[in-house]
Amino acid sequence: MAAVVVKDLRKVFGDVAALDGVSLSVRDGEFLVLLGPSGCGKTTFLRIIAGLERQTSGDVLINDEIVNDITPRARGVAMVFQSYGLYPHLTVANNIAFPLRTQGTTRPEIGRKVEWAAGLLGIDHLLHRRPRQLSGGERQRVALARALVRNPTVFLLDEPLSNLDAKLRASARSELKQFQQKVATTTIYVTHDQVEAMGMGDRIAVIDHGKLRQVGTPSAIYDHPADDFVASFLGTPPMNLVEHSGGLLGFRPEHFLPREMLDGAALSELLFRIDRMEYLGSERILYGALDGFQAKCDVAAKLPAHVPLSGIRAGEWHKFAVREAELRYFDRDGRCTVSPKEQAR
Amino acid sequence: MSAIAEAAAPRRPPRSRFTTFDRLEVLGPLFIIPAILYVVVLVGLPFLLALYYSVSAYSIFNPSWTFVGLKNFREVIDSEIFRRTLANTLIFTISAQIIGLLLGKIGAMLLMQEFPGRRLARALIVLPWAVPVSLATLAWVWMFDSLYSVINWTLVAAGLIDPAHRPQWLGQEDLAMIAVVTVHAWRLFPFGVVIFLAGFTSVPQDVLDAATIDGAGFWRRNYQIILPIIAPIIMIALIFGTVFTFTDLSVVYLLTKGGPINSTQVLGTLAFQVGILSGDVAHGAAICLFLFPFLLVAVILLLRSLRRREI
Amino acid sequence: MPRPAGKVVGQSSFYAAVVTLVVFAAFPFYWMLITTFKTDGDLYNLKSIPYWFNSPPTLEHLKYLFEDTLFVQWLSNSALIGLCVVAITLLVALPAGYGLARMPGRSGENLSIGIFVTYLVPPTLLFLPLARVVTLLGLQDSMWALVVVYPTFTIPFCTWLLMGFFKSVPREIEEAAIVDGCTVVGAFVKTVLPLSMPAILTVVIFAFTLTVQEFVYALTFISSSREKPVTLGVATDLIRGDIFYWGELMGAALISSIPVAIAYNLFLDRFISGITGGAVK
Repeated sequence: MAAVVVKDLRKVFGDVAALDGVSLSVRDGEFLVLLGPSGCGKTTFLRIIAGLERQTSGDVLINDEIVNDITPRARGVAMVFQSYGLYPHLTVANNIAFPLRTQGTTRPEIGRKVEWAAGLLGIDHLLHRRPRQLSGGERQRVALARALVRNPTVFLLDEPLSNLDAKLRASARSELKQFQQKVATTTIYVTHDQVEAMGMGDRIAVIDHGKLRQVGTPSAIYDHPADDFVASFLGTPPMNLVEHSGGLLGFRPEHFLPREMLDGAALSELLFRIDRMEYLGSERILYGALDGFQAKCDVAAKLPAHVPLSGIRAGEWHKFAVREAELRYFDRDGRCTVSPKEQAR
Repeated sequence: MSAIAEAAAPRRPPRSRFTTFDRLEVLGPLFIIPAILYVVVLVGLPFLLALYYSVSAYSIFNPSWTFVGLKNFREVIDSEIFRRTLANTLIFTISAQIIGLLLGKIGAMLLMQEFPGRRLARALIVLPWAVPVSLATLAWVWMFDSLYSVINWTLVAAGLIDPAHRPQWLGQEDLAMIAVVTVHAWRLFPFGVVIFLAGFTSVPQDVLDAATIDGAGFWRRNYQIILPIIAPIIMIALIFGTVFTFTDLSVVYLLTKGGPINSTQVLGTLAFQVGILSGDVAHGAAICLFLFPFLLVAVILLLRSLRRREI
Repeated sequence: MPRPAGKVVGQSSFYAAVVTLVVFAAFPFYWMLITTFKTDGDLYNLKSIPYWFNSPPTLEHLKYLFEDTLFVQWLSNSALIGLCVVAITLLVALPAGYGLARMPGRSGENLSIGIFVTYLVPPTLLFLPLARVVTLLGLQDSMWALVVVYPTFTIPFCTWLLMGFFKSVPREIEEAAIVDGCTVVGAFVKTVLPLSMPAILTVVIFAFTLTVQEFVYALTFISSSREKPVTLGVATDLIRGDIFYWGELMGAALISSIPVAIAYNLFLDRFISGITGGAVK
């Protein structure tokens, strides 16, 4: 069963299409991540589902019901905003109770639910504080608790970790994921951070320029990018793309290794000129150019740092190779195709 | 876990559909309409009425709407009193502005320093701008009194003037002008002080530090760094100050009623005398409208300053 | 090189400048104060030093002011006018400021500047036609005329001030309330208004003080003593022909000025940030 379905969603601001015909169905209980660069329309998508923005055309269905004309308050969705949108003039307890009050929940029921949500998120001891007395991580939990109390059909999370510092973000990431699994509420999570997307999403939907590029599990997205945008958006450094018989040939830097490190058959050998090297502690990244191929940016190779760099020096050519199974082909329009060899078969 | 059971319990939210009151894009304009209506009905329409008065023969004795064209304006311009009034208004606006701004800048520079009693000094300096102008002017009327003037008493005591020939501050043509300008500058300068103070504190310290390191001394910092940065703010203050002085009626009305012999007559008091006291509404309106081109310039300058401040 | 002598000279000239300026600004108020409590014999005596009491202070003038003039009536007129104008201003300016703050793009900004500019339109330009409008409304010679007219300058200024403040309230907070079950109006009332209490308080104070300070419209529209606000009553009714009751006059001016001066001083910084269009925070 699908909790949220959108059909051919379009949203036009002036003459710019923020969303250009997006269709997507989010499964019940699923953690779906909307991933895309800033300005790609992913936040607009979320706001349309919440009802804060009205789509230009297309339908939004929540629990199999078209909610185009239903107000946000009646859609049964909960949203956590980028800077949380906590009510600064209310205590944490009253912040969490707010959505219940607007629904006319009885007083003892409110007390019970606030306690329950606060307990679940471990913020019982903060109930009498005000938002400005809380740390970033605590604020985020309060926002989650406020979203949770009303048993929403869907959680909508708009980059909820972007205001945390890097260290806190890593722990918040796993907590958030565990929390979602515990409450099993359908979640749509918007981010531009591929690490968050890969680490948290059951599925990832990649959006660019208002268009849905690919939907799939993290491994499907990473290993089998549907087009050159997805290929170049994920991975650090992203997939190498070089021009090849009218289309593009792609391979991940971690699959692009010195010839001597690979054995077995079905290898594509390539001559690689190393221009510069970056040592990152756990790995080494080599940037350079390929003999006989044109590329828009430097070709990168990612080597484990513990491998000795025998005979590889900046400025020199070296024989590198990729397993043929790891090669990806994209046609003239950037869409992924099978390899020319397979085509020939 | 009961918690999870609870979270999973289905709840059908009450359906409510979008109405007008759920759309900010509809509600927003709706919210603004009362304010615009108020301004249009009680500022816009009266202004049009003033325009019509000025080209009619309307007076309270003969409330006719006969159209007379630009006759009123011609008669107003031809009148000796009006020309004198216009000159007075300009003289007294410009001199009060200059004195007010100068004292304002000096006051702000003094108050920028830390010293004991600074807050009290600021509160006292702000007083002339804060209290109702008509009441403050009354104190000056008393201080300029023909017989018991404290100013004259001081001057006599200091041996600066002859007790037999005490100056009649509000009774002599030249002195009356000085008195009016003094009161206006007195009322305006606190406004200048607070504006300059606000401006000075808004100049980022790192910009000043950079200038100091670059070798700028006190005067260079002042005139090449600080003043250009706060110029838009000062401009706004200057526009407000000028409009308030130029269109003033209360100070002159209470101090001299425009006298002696129209030597302190300004557009505001003349219009009041002609339009209300003499009941010649048409000519009064024509006099008032001479304020308009000036106001237009002020408005345009204000708009430009308000835009510039954002850059 | 320390130069103690130069420093002392610098210090004293600095204080001399401060004192001069303060005396220039505040002397008229000192003069009001001392005149209020001087006996007539002391006031109208050319021989003695006027700066201080030469005969014991008296409450005679204040007693006369409160018992034998309409001063109390004028004070309450001013208070009533002020309260009504504040109410009208809030009723109109709160939604307007919010509507403008939430208008998309530059249209809100432009419209609000348009409204703000009307604050520049002086009473001197409008008192003749407004006198006619007031008559049409049947409010001639009534203080209710002022209640109707004063919002023409309080609304533009207060709308502008409130808009600036509403803009600083993050939209997310309202949107959170909307998702949490409020209507648009409900979200405004439950989140934006409580967060804007400082701005609303400022608007209340300023609408009130601007109203109390006004003189020109009052002078034009009202001639009956009982209907006058305090600024007009004191300035016109306490002067009979050429005879000035200086003790009473100064007492009245002082009493009516004090509350306004205090309120103004407390909210001065907000007022300045409003008038400079938020250029100064």
